[in-house]
Amino acid sequence: MTAKLEARDLTLFRGERCLFNQLSFALNDAELLVLEGSNGSGKTSLMRAIAGLLTFDEGSLHWAGQPVKRDRQYFRQQFTWLGHRTGLKHDLTPVENLRFDSTLRARNDRSFEEVFERLGITRLATLPVRLLSAGQQRRVALCRLLLAGTPLWLVDEPFTNLDRQGRQLVLDLVGEHLATGGLCIMAAHHDIEVRGTMRRLQLS
Amino acid sequence: MWKALKRLFHKLASPPHIYRLAGQIAPWLIVPGLALIAWGTYQGLFRAPVDYQQGDAFRIIYIHVPSAYLSQMAYIIMATAGGIGLIWRMKLAHAVAASAAPLGAAFTFLTLATGSIWGKPMWGTWFEWADPRMMSELVLLFLYFGYMALRAAIDDTAKADKASAVLALVGVVNVFIVKYSVEWWSSLHQGQTLLAEGGPKMSEGMLAPLLINLLGFTLVFGGWIFRRIRTEVLFRERRTGWVRRMITEAGATA
Amino acid sequence: MSRPTAGIASLGSALFATARRDLLLAWKRPGDVLNPVFFFLMVCTLFPLAVGPSKEQLAFSGPGVLWVAALLSTLLSLNSLFLSDLEDGSLEQLLVSAQPLTVTALGKTLAHWLTSGVPLVVISPVVAITYRMPVQVIEVLMLTLVLGTIILSLLGAIGAALTVGLHRGTALLSLLVLPLAMPVLILGANTVSLAASNELYTPGLWALGAYAMGAVSLAPFAAAAALRITNE
Repeated sequence: MTAKLEARDLTLFRGERCLFNQLSFALNDAELLVLEGSNGSGKTSLMRAIAGLLTFDEGSLHWAGQPVKRDRQYFRQQFTWLGHRTGLKHDLTPVENLRFDSTLRARNDRSFEEVFERLGITRLATLPVRLLSAGQQRRVALCRLLLAGTPLWLVDEPFTNLDRQGRQLVLDLVGEHLATGGLCIMAAHHDIEVRGTMRRLQLS
Repeated sequence: MWKALKRLFHKLASPPHIYRLAGQIAPWLIVPGLALIAWGTYQGLFRAPVDYQQGDAFRIIYIHVPSAYLSQMAYIIMATAGGIGLIWRMKLAHAVAASAAPLGAAFTFLTLATGSIWGKPMWGTWFEWADPRMMSELVLLFLYFGYMALRAAIDDTAKADKASAVLALVGVVNVFIVKYSVEWWSSLHQGQTLLAEGGPKMSEGMLAPLLINLLGFTLVFGGWIFRRIRTEVLFRERRTGWVRRMITEAGATA
Repeated sequence: MSRPTAGIASLGSALFATARRDLLLAWKRPGDVLNPVFFFLMVCTLFPLAVGPSKEQLAFSGPGVLWVAALLSTLLSLNSLFLSDLEDGSLEQLLVSAQPLTVTALGKTLAHWLTSGVPLVVISPVVAITYRMPVQVIEVLMLTLVLGTIILSLLGAIGAALTVGLHRGTALLSLLVLPLAMPVLILGANTVSLAASNELYTPGLWALGAYAMGAVSLAPFAAAAALRITNE
């Protein structure tokens, strides 16, 4: 049986430097892949390349047995991306920001109220994002994962700016996502404990 | 069969091979090219008959026309190579595009300079704004400047290659639109003393040196591009083993 | 168990959602819209001061001055087209969005035109009257500006996409976009001049219209390709 997400012999150069060479991994439903490694080891680059923001120099990525390259647009419907930057417009409120995102998707698994409640930002929903603290902004960005309801989550350093409660919340959300059969790839410095199957990939 | 072809192609397009090949070809283009230019220019300046309208002033044509032709040729090469590089992700094509740009800019400048030197006695002005060819040549020069500035502004070579290729392709469309719009524009300005369209045909004695010079310029241009490609390849491959080996060997023999 | 794929919105609603978001942002920061308009007015004021306020002078140079001012003021607003999106990461979200980048880039360009081109068209009659243009010429001027600013926004989007995030991007942006914009300037300004001297001006309008259609159908692809490259 083939894995849901399969990477074959991925190679990526940034300028002259080779970040990884002949990297292969496979990820199935209800599995979490944690990318580990020191700063500059290529975690973010690997995440960005999976999301299609960078192009692999060699190798291929397969989703459900099909090469991602063949239908990039279809693959983009399968994942939600959460990068270093929140992707939120500071002049707009969380509701306005997320409504724009969901218009582009036109499908929402859950209601805004429910998701805001879960992330603990109900009171902030109609304030301009620029008035929120960095941790609160991160929580708003996390709403995207729940609202989109895609099978694959790509989260790069989701714990940035979050307090202990916030970090636990992220782990809980990922656990729930895995429990419903979702996949997640996460780049993280911290040691992570999640309910569900977890694989680790050490980048050097 | 297909695989063998592909392997052959990869061998031919490998940087060390291109570096050697370009080095071998370049002199075979430049030397005959220079000889042709010398002969053609001599013929043009001293042997070709005097023009009954323009006197000796027309003789600048032997520099002006070849450089005008090459200024556009270089742009076509630059844009085509850029397009190939974008579509088939060929690094060599981008190196060709990067090599063509400064040459194209140089020839465009030469075209404008000789054009205005020619224009002074003929039209009575250094620069004729209403002349479509002069205007499109000027815009072409600006496009070259933009292209090189964009390249220089992006540190990452691969990114600079692709971004400038997009610009070159957009510019191709623009060159045609400029030509068309300036022609429309200049048709509004009646009474300019432009050269008669399709004016007196050139006599054979005038034409032959021009053809010789065209060929000579093209050869030199080709050789020059190969030399620049060599430099580009060397710069792009500066961290690789073969370049380092070559440098140490050169150091040992010196 | 695998979930059903997330459905996606139609291309049209993606286009308008992107445009609407940028318009909402412009609404919350009106200065970004007004500054280029003031700039336009000031450039139009500079010319009579420099070349002289005589009636003939103004009537003769009016179309050209208005067009150059419109071109420069459009350039002024172009730099921020993708820059704030790059800085806050929302450009990244557009790049990985299930919607084609061509469509969302066109949506952003539409918003740019509505916030930079349309105000110029609206304010241009005021300037034209001070330049003593007759009413029928002002009509032609506005028509050429409508078409011309559409083209400028589209070409500008390509330039902005190529230079987004670059050091000293603003100067470079002008260097890239101005040569591309020259035909628009030639067509626009001279069509108005023809109308002012009671000559046949419709071919110029048709040419501008054709150029605008070509730009609408091709430029978004170039801008999207450029955005993917510069964001690697």
